[in-house]
Amino acid sequence: MRVALFVTCINDMLHPRTGQAVVALLERLGVEVGFPTEQSCCGQPQFNTGYRHAAEPLMRRFDRAFQDYEYVVTPSASCAAMVRDNYPRIGAKAAAERRGRGLVDAAAVAVPKMYELTEFLVDVLKVEDVGASFPHTVTYHPTCHGLRVLGLGDRPRRLLEHVEGLELRELPGAEECCGFGGTFAVKNPAVSAAMGADKVRHILSTGAEVVCAVDNSCLLHIGGTLSRRGAPVRPVHIAEILASTEGSVR
Amino acid sequence: MSGTYLGMPAFPRAAATATRDTRLRANLTHATRTIRDKRAKAVAELDDWAELRAAGAAVKDRTLRHLDHYLEQLEAAVTAAGGQVHWALDADEANRIVTRLVRETGETEVVKVKSMATQEIGLNEALARAGIRAYETDLAELIVQLGHDRPSHILVPAIHRNRAEIRDIFRREMASWGRPAPEGLTDSPAELAEAARLHLREKFLSAKVGISGANFMVAETGTLVVVESEGNGRMCLTLPETLISVVGIEKVVPEWQDLEIFLQLLPRSSTAERMNPYTSTWTGTTDGDGPQTFHLVLLDNGRTDTLADTVGRQALRCIRCSACLNVCPVYERAGGHAYGSPYPGPIGAILTPQLRGLAGPLEESLPYASSLCGACYEVCPVAIDIPEVLVHLRERVVQGGPVTLGGTRTVLQPAKGHAAERAAMRAAGWAFDHPGALRTGMRLAARTRRLHPRRLPGPGRVWSRTRDLPEVPAESFRDWWQRTRGTSSGRGTWAEPGTSSEPGTSSEQRGDAK
Ligand code: SF4
Repeated sequence: MRVALFVTCINDMLHPRTGQAVVALLERLGVEVGFPTEQSCCGQPQFNTGYRHAAEPLMRRFDRAFQDYEYVVTPSASCAAMVRDNYPRIGAKAAAERRGRGLVDAAAVAVPKMYELTEFLVDVLKVEDVGASFPHTVTYHPTCHGLRVLGLGDRPRRLLEHVEGLELRELPGAEECCGFGGTFAVKNPAVSAAMGADKVRHILSTGAEVVCAVDNSCLLHIGGTLSRRGAPVRPVHIAEILASTEGSVR
Repeated sequence: MSGTYLGMPAFPRAAATATRDTRLRANLTHATRTIRDKRAKAVAELDDWAELRAAGAAVKDRTLRHLDHYLEQLEAAVTAAGGQVHWALDADEANRIVTRLVRETGETEVVKVKSMATQEIGLNEALARAGIRAYETDLAELIVQLGHDRPSHILVPAIHRNRAEIRDIFRREMASWGRPAPEGLTDSPAELAEAARLHLREKFLSAKVGISGANFMVAETGTLVVVESEGNGRMCLTLPETLISVVGIEKVVPEWQDLEIFLQLLPRSSTAERMNPYTSTWTGTTDGDGPQTFHLVLLDNGRTDTLADTVGRQALRCIRCSACLNVCPVYERAGGHAYGSPYPGPIGAILTPQLRGLAGPLEESLPYASSLCGACYEVCPVAIDIPEVLVHLRERVVQGGPVTLGGTRTVLQPAKGHAAERAAMRAAGWAFDHPGALRTGMRLAARTRRLHPRRLPGPGRVWSRTRDLPEVPAESFRDWWQRTRGTSSGRGTWAEPGTSSEPGTSSEQRGDAK
């Protein structure tokens, strides 16, 4: 099994610990992880803002970077969703415009190997207990792309429920968008902030120490809102919890 | 506030004002959450919902592909049943036709069944200019009309009003439109409903002309269908001598049997009812029963242009159930008025710019009025992939591309005012495609990270007004991999989350303490 980590641009620059956690976790589970350095951004910010053509070279780059791998695993549900949902669309649109040669094939190759981390653990490795220990109260925010585009279902929860010492707290209004939405946060700042404020209110109502998710971009927005309010809740990516052996007695 | 939508500001500005209106937000949150939960229960009762939804989408798609055929079939059937069919290319033409038809009856008052199409074309205002008074008879539409307001929801146009506000509107306005509000009217729902009933009953019994829309038109029989909850529509459809129905051309379905799908999908999605209380159907005219004159005005108003767009045309499947509004987090905060048309919420964000063209600041801003969370797509009973269309329209805004306007294929130029963004996207795209340069930039950012402000100047200010920026870590993932693994696969070190003394500030993640 050849597995590559697609760390994503945001994690590479702002959350290297999340990538490190994925590597530690997968290696603990006996998987050999590669990191093709040719990889870059999936093109989601460009595509979602309307710059479809600007996403095309990034799609080619993705294809090149991961051509030798059977599986591509990423700790970002929205980037996985970008590859799975939008690469085929970009390919088809380019073909309809009689340009972008090879993009249809690139999409066809990329889609089946793309796995979000919790999907890979549960569906491919078939593990739910990853041997983690994290003695904290945690609430889980299911991000929109994980929930609705990838259909992660209860995979992340099942993984969290097996973490030693972890107490999972129900998040009210869990399925509502946190208000990040990439450039939406900049283009509609008032609505984005109102959504973020409501999400944070729900998080605080759980009394949890930690809020976790399958996407650091949502956590960036939630964490920034929490921090501005001086709230003591920590945003932590689910990969870091699953890699944790803090206070383990096993 | 006037009844028309001209000169509305772009979405972000109108929405920002709405988010500061705490009463509006409370009214909206309460109403949308209640109906959202009820809908989920009603839908869960049917174990073939997914198949119904797919069937609804398929019937609509097939009809749209052969729209010309079904419209001609419909016209023939309506005519054979004693009705008259009129074709209206745009709002002006539709208004002219309806005004002329009302004038020919010699009447100066008409009663109306709640209709999105007539709002879309601004019919009430057009009739008023011709000296004809149009009375809305749907309870919520009545509240909006009496309040000199605009509807802010497809199904519950007065969703933004609470009971106390409604009582005040009734007391203040009813007298000038007909029967005044009863003495000592309170805000109890029963009293409010009774006041509206008495007020409206006078109108039903005196009106000689009724104006309606339709939820569906059946091509094979020429039958029109209105579904409703209050029964006021049925009064307007049966009591007057003349009935004028203004209907968008996309409302046609091929066969009577297709209704079995939509009459299940619509009520559960919109009001969370298993079946809507009133389903009225009418086919031409019948001697001695109901209106003796029937006119059908078929409205295009941008629909064939929309049909020409293979991605965007799915918006024409819409059955106006409003489920997407009720789950939309943006609609919930921004309210319906910010969308600048009778179609608010996610469907408005894709329908309005298509029907009107990406012509003005409002239309250009609407495709961005979404976080692309996908909740709208999930609930839509005819599976309109609203996020897909939003992104498609964003592309038309910033990148331009082929569109059909007024029946003519043209190439849309990229909108002005996105120059800085376009440059930033190009630069980012270039950097991401040149990892060497990107890495240099990242290293520079890491080295200067102590100098980074936690609030941004310039356009980034809007972000950091309500959120703190994260700190740039000392080392990127890439550099960590290189340092610990190089090209081989030696094991690296990884610090546990939460092992630092202070929550959220482990030194590796958050940078050194300030
Ligand atoms: S887009 Fe779908 S959910 Fe929204 S009003 Fe139309 S049919 Fe209903």
